[in-house]
Amino acid sequence: MSLDTPLDATAEARRQIEICNACRYCEGFCAVFPAMTRQKSFADGDLTQLANLCHNCRGCYYSCQYTEPHEFALNIPAALAEVRVQSWERLSRPRALAQVFQTQGVAIAGLAVVAMAWFIWALAWLKPAGGAGFYAHLSHNLLVAVFMPVFLLPLVVIAASLRAYWREIGGGRVRLAHLLTALGQAARMTNLSGGHGEGCNFENGDRYTDRRRVFHQLMMYGFLLCFAATASGTLMHYLLDWPAPYGVLTPPKLLGLPGGVMMVIGAAGLAALKLRADPALGAARVWGGEMAFILLLAAVALTGLALFAATGTGLVGALLALHLASVMVLFLLMPYSKMVHGFFRLAALVAEAGKPRPVSGGE
Amino acid sequence: MTDLSATYDLAVVGGGNAALCAAITAAEAGARVLILEGAPKTYRGGNSRHTRNFRCMHRAPMDPLIGSYGEDEYIHDLMLVTKGKTDESLARLAIRSSEECLPWMKAHGVRFQPSLSGTLSLGRTNAFFLGGGKALVNAYYNTAQDLGVTVLYDAQVRHVHRDGDRISHLEVDIADQPVTVNARAFVLASGGFQADLDWLARAWGPAARNFLIRGTPYNRGVVLRDMLDQGADSVGDPTQCHAVAIDGRAPQYDGGIVTRLDCVPFSIVVNKHCQRFHDEGEDVWPKRYAIWGRLVAAQPDQVGYALIDAKSIDLFMPSVFPPVKSDTLEGLAEQMGLDQQALRDTVDAFNAACRPGRFHPTELDGLATEGLPTPKTNWGRPLDTPPFYGYQLRPGVTFTYLGLRVDSHAQVHTAEGPIRNLWAAGEIMAGSILGQGYLAGFGMTIGTVFGRIAGKEAAAHVA
Repeated sequence: MSLDTPLDATAEARRQIEICNACRYCEGFCAVFPAMTRQKSFADGDLTQLANLCHNCRGCYYSCQYTEPHEFALNIPAALAEVRVQSWERLSRPRALAQVFQTQGVAIAGLAVVAMAWFIWALAWLKPAGGAGFYAHLSHNLLVAVFMPVFLLPLVVIAASLRAYWREIGGGRVRLAHLLTALGQAARMTNLSGGHGEGCNFENGDRYTDRRRVFHQLMMYGFLLCFAATASGTLMHYLLDWPAPYGVLTPPKLLGLPGGVMMVIGAAGLAALKLRADPALGAARVWGGEMAFILLLAAVALTGLALFAATGTGLVGALLALHLASVMVLFLLMPYSKMVHGFFRLAALVAEAGKPRPVSGGE
Repeated sequence: MTDLSATYDLAVVGGGNAALCAAITAAEAGARVLILEGAPKTYRGGNSRHTRNFRCMHRAPMDPLIGSYGEDEYIHDLMLVTKGKTDESLARLAIRSSEECLPWMKAHGVRFQPSLSGTLSLGRTNAFFLGGGKALVNAYYNTAQDLGVTVLYDAQVRHVHRDGDRISHLEVDIADQPVTVNARAFVLASGGFQADLDWLARAWGPAARNFLIRGTPYNRGVVLRDMLDQGADSVGDPTQCHAVAIDGRAPQYDGGIVTRLDCVPFSIVVNKHCQRFHDEGEDVWPKRYAIWGRLVAAQPDQVGYALIDAKSIDLFMPSVFPPVKSDTLEGLAEQMGLDQQALRDTVDAFNAACRPGRFHPTELDGLATEGLPTPKTNWGRPLDTPPFYGYQLRPGVTFTYLGLRVDSHAQVHTAEGPIRNLWAAGEIMAGSILGQGYLAGFGMTIGTVFGRIAGKEAAAHVA
């Protein structure tokens, strides 16, 4: 664990949440505050769950009477952000990888360089005899042999992490209704709406803006479209015996092109907002890792679009190496980078949906 | 850098709800407005920072308020708490105007939410600010900024210079440098004097030095004192303040909402000599919390001790500091600095006076003690199930009653008549309407209504 990690982030979050729970003015901002009214004392697992429920909208910080210089020194967004990141580190295996890649943007960049070098080498030395489009550069079988494990192994790691999460927070039996509620909240990002629908306080002080929600959803839906594009290509290859390259009016391109453009806009927006936002209201020590992750997503989308634009030119080989390398790094780092937040956040929303609705206190 | 050699149309003294409502209203009417906030930016907003709702008349459901709350019911509620100590025509003006304030507040950035947990009884009468009073204050500062209002922080007004029936200028310390501020009209919205412990001690007696101040340390009444010294008409009992019993471990200033304790109805409360001094179960807590500040203030050393057992610890809102806890009464007494035998005697006598019956925490259950000189008339259960818990109680001052008398135009008067270019709004004049007691959310109603009136009158004066 890096040296600037607070010694006991959970104890600090507990101190702050117990003050919060005696106030409750922020109840309308998001799901965290109603959730905390269920109890008077908070076990470590309760704090892990609250931390993963928090979307770092920062509304509670700017509304708080007890921020510094007040002696209560509340900074709920930062306290929960640190507990949240630590939970991702603690619950992944091996932990050391998460500790490095969550924190260090340089490590992500380094891994990308290594992957790129490998693909350049592979493209030069393993060039197939035949094949069309990019299969002329790298055979389909080799692509599958490389990307199957690179995609599936991280998912296995994440599944194990989520199991550990569910145990830690004491999650109950999951019903379809809970899952639908959680997916609905994620689809609309309701917890970034500020409760009034005008958005959050991420990058513009105490004024509400919807920019983060908009850019995040562009990124999320763009990514899902690109993923669907790849999945549709896989189905066409194996079920319809229709191998790449695909024309513009086929599912992989119809899904992937808009998806890639959305990801680029989303990444540019999220990076710009991150530069303007106050790092002291988040987990400041992972700023570099988070920023590198945004740039990695941008690299995946940009190289993918460039590859499409370069169809038939001599640049395909080089661009293919860049694109495959960035995709590979993204997949490999799913359990160990900011990417994992999506899985934990969804789990937290499902767990919350499965709990009884908070009842009013006894004033 | 702000150019203070220029003459503003309106200088507003103070930076809380009433000041902001006045500034915004005047700026929208075209006036060039300066706000002088005595606190630094992080503590701007006075006691409005600590508020959470607005009591609002409404004849039909009006988001977020349910049902209706008419003028007659509202004034009846006010008369109950003030026991008639109010200027009825000003009170009715505030109540009637509150209905149009709610949409105005929304249009100027304030966001509301359904009643907070633990306050469902107020869902019909009080509109709760999303994020509380500081969010409201932030919204108004943003609105004022967008309207071109100039805001100076750390700007403490020392003297309001009166020249006959007009105010000519203000003497202000801005970041500790003396500055003269000229304007054509002035609104005083700088709060009461409850943060000046010396003043409280002169008014109440030396016991006031043991009081905690729930709100901002910046309401020291400098402007109020200055105006009274210059012959401004006053209103309200100068010796009285509104106080509630709060956690004795609260900070001296600015502890705000979290220091409240809702445990009294389920406790026995003793003084430092382990004697009970009032019926803890007199009525439901929302109707009785306000009297306990005064009750504790009357005890030796201005301190009380609320004692609870395991049966009742989860029946009230969480406290900001954990209670003192012990498996025995003697252990609890030791930790709280009470005499063990005296506490044992008081608790034994209390327990012996308890009678069997149905206990119901959220209604008057009539479960009363028998034969005690100070009975407990509801929720009277023996204190017998360890672990035992204790909270130290101290008086927490919310606001003071002494203020400037204003008319229905929010104008300030002297014995010779009105001061032509001076208006007052908020806590500094609330004593005109709230002569005694308190009605939840009514302070914000007075501030909003009279802030808007003062802003409108001042803008008309300079137009």
